[in-house]
Amino acid sequence: MTLLAIQGVTKRFGAALALDALSLSIGEGEFFALLGGSGSGKSTLLRIIAGFERPDAGHVILQGRDITRLPPPERSVTMMFQSYALFPHMNVADNIAYGLRRAGEPDIANRVGDLIGLLRLEGLEARRPNQLSGGQQQRVALARALARRPPLVLLDEPLAALDSGLRERTGLELRALQRRLGTSFVLVTHDQAEALSLADRVAVLHQGRITQVAPPRELYERPATREVAHFLGAANILEPAGLNLRAECDAPAYALRPERIRLAAQLPEVNGVAAQVAEIAFRGGDALILARAGGRMLRVVLPGGTPLPDHGAHVFLEWDAAALVPLSA
Amino acid sequence: MIRAAAWTSLLLLVAAPLVIVVGMGFGTTASGVPPVVPPIGAAGWQGSLEAWALLVADTYYLDAMLRSLRLAAITATLCLVLGFGMALGIAGARRPALWLALVLLPFWSGFVLRLAAWVGLLRDGGWINATLMQLGFISEPLQMLYSEGAMLLGMVHGYLPFAVLPLTATLVKRDLRLEEAAADLGAGRIAVFFTVTLPLAAPATAAAFLLVFIPAAGEVVVPEVLGAPDSVLIGRAIWGEFFQTRDWPAAAALSTALLALLLLPIALYQRLSVAR
Amino acid sequence: MKRAFLTLGVLFLWVPIALMAVYAFSASRVPFEWGGFSLRWFVALSRNERLLEAAWLSLRIGAAAATFATVLGLGLGWVLARHGRFAGRSLFGALAGAPLVLPEVVMGLSLLLLFVGLQTLTGWPAQRGAITVWLAHSGLGMAYVAVLVQARLSALDPVLEEAAADLGAHRFTIFRTITLPLIRPSLIGGWLLAFTLSLDDVVLASFVSGPGATTLPVYLFSQLRLGMTPEANALAVVMLASAGLLGLLGWRLSR
Repeated sequence: MTLLAIQGVTKRFGAALALDALSLSIGEGEFFALLGGSGSGKSTLLRIIAGFERPDAGHVILQGRDITRLPPPERSVTMMFQSYALFPHMNVADNIAYGLRRAGEPDIANRVGDLIGLLRLEGLEARRPNQLSGGQQQRVALARALARRPPLVLLDEPLAALDSGLRERTGLELRALQRRLGTSFVLVTHDQAEALSLADRVAVLHQGRITQVAPPRELYERPATREVAHFLGAANILEPAGLNLRAECDAPAYALRPERIRLAAQLPEVNGVAAQVAEIAFRGGDALILARAGGRMLRVVLPGGTPLPDHGAHVFLEWDAAALVPLSA
Repeated sequence: MIRAAAWTSLLLLVAAPLVIVVGMGFGTTASGVPPVVPPIGAAGWQGSLEAWALLVADTYYLDAMLRSLRLAAITATLCLVLGFGMALGIAGARRPALWLALVLLPFWSGFVLRLAAWVGLLRDGGWINATLMQLGFISEPLQMLYSEGAMLLGMVHGYLPFAVLPLTATLVKRDLRLEEAAADLGAGRIAVFFTVTLPLAAPATAAAFLLVFIPAAGEVVVPEVLGAPDSVLIGRAIWGEFFQTRDWPAAAALSTALLALLLLPIALYQRLSVAR
Repeated sequence: MKRAFLTLGVLFLWVPIALMAVYAFSASRVPFEWGGFSLRWFVALSRNERLLEAAWLSLRIGAAAATFATVLGLGLGWVLARHGRFAGRSLFGALAGAPLVLPEVVMGLSLLLLFVGLQTLTGWPAQRGAITVWLAHSGLGMAYVAVLVQARLSALDPVLEEAAADLGAHRFTIFRTITLPLIRPSLIGGWLLAFTLSLDDVVLASFVSGPGATTLPVYLFSQLRLGMTPEANALAVVMLASAGLLGLLGWRLSR
């Protein structure tokens, strides 16, 4: 069941084209991610869904209803802002109740109580936002967005402000919450790990267009274009010229994931090169090696525990034919 | 809609009066109430240049203008020097709000009453002279009142909060790390002040100076109460032309001249306030 | 060093006040001469009908002018902070800031001429008095309020209003529930500032007032030429004490 349909949405800011006839559909109960770098248009798309920007062309259809021209207060989409945007002059309970009060809903106190329990905010009801930690503020912002049971919640870079330890835990909590509630979440991020670990499907945006929409695994292992491959896991892009490549099918270029490259004892006949180690970075769980082969620099990730070559050493690298992912461009 | 209402309040209470005062310089005196014939009447233009002629007839008004500007500049400078130091002190205090309250509270005793207090302090039989004579430091009262010095004292006393407030607002927001960095690089306290603190606060300082200078140029009450009776300042001249001589066009012409003189400082102030 | 400046400055500001306060309790008829402790001047103050009348008028005009100035200043500050570029913005900004810097004589004279002109053209105001003083003081105060409101509004994160809209609030509700509470300090500060300016003004009131509407500062100014009585000291003490109490009250309430 399609919950949200974006049809041919175009948006310009002056001479700059932010979104180029973009189309997308998001299902009910889906955790969807919009992944892209800065300037990709992901934030603009989010704001158009929320109603803070109007597209120059195209439609936004929510639950079968065209909401393109509706102002934000009348859309049943809510947003969790990157800066949380908690009202500083209200306490936690009043912040959460804000949307409920605007709608004139009965029995606000109970609903607020439910949300406080759901997001583990017990005991914090009377506190002001500036008396809360970053993680607590985020949970309040989320509770506030969920208060009126919207079919769709937008999350703007939710994990960006958290430190790395909290990030993983919060991400998993978000996913668990989404599954439990059945609300559709649309997440906007530039962090590929965030998108891949949380979403059911990911759309990669580049210069206002959607490059690829797929579930995380497929996106990672079968990137459609150079940009997607490079964006997700900084793959090596290999062209057949100058290299002895045998892949499962022919393509103008191939993506080769750094973790699919191994050290070899000797130079293999196909799918291998001789290289010199330029940089080694031990990263705890694995090690990143930059090796120069011919005119190009290859990124190699070796699992932790593998004996590492010395800086400047000459090595042989090999990979399987199946590791070469054909790219369309 | 809000903008229309805002424009209305500005046009009625600020723009129209200013236009009228400039125009009234072209009016003629008359007997009756009001004692003026406006330059534009039912029959069209009926203005005259007699008020303007009066202005340039001799150097009397020019002297008044220059004297006023000089005294305003001195007042503003004193307010700035003292005010900057005070603002630095407030910004660095543990309880800035308390000190601010102490600076602002005297405001509430009433402007005229405070001037009366200065009179009581400075006059021949006043507190200072009486105390000094009792302590035997002097045998005759010091002539302090009705002088330029007394007037400056009163002006600084009245305008000081106008300098302290905006300066405090700016200095409180300043990045102390820049001063720390300068000290770290070898600058002593005085060097830090002159090379970091002061230049960074320059726009606010200039604005504070002008905030005192411009209105002080037209000050009436303080010179009247504390100043020398024969020291004519432009504010008193306008007041006198209006209330005593009842020559409205002359008062209007003088006001226009004062405005013209202050146009540059006013424009400068607007520029500085927007930049902040 | 900074502390020295501050202490010196505060002392300078307070010396005449402190002296007034002390000698308000002096029995001597000669101002600033100690004649033993007495409350006679406070008693005399309470009996000075003309002064009390002027004080009462000033308080009423002050409150009315401060309120009107706050409303007008809110509008001015709002336009300056929120309306971006529009035709005539520089002029708008210049006019909004003019009362802050204009010499009061010029402002007083120009407003009087405005009222006289209005009277000639429309018959109103038939008699200058409290209303014209109220208008003049509002015109002065609104510039101060505008500065405070503009500063506070500009510093307000627009994302808060977006969040409110996202949660279902329309424009006026956003203003009422989010914007207004957050700019309240600047409105209160502006009101107090406009009130103080009105209470202290001699020049504007002298120009635009009329018979029967003598404000306190104008009354005191005229008395000053004739020679101040020690009642003035008592008045100063009363005003300071009330200001101090109000300030304390306000501070307590804002916590």
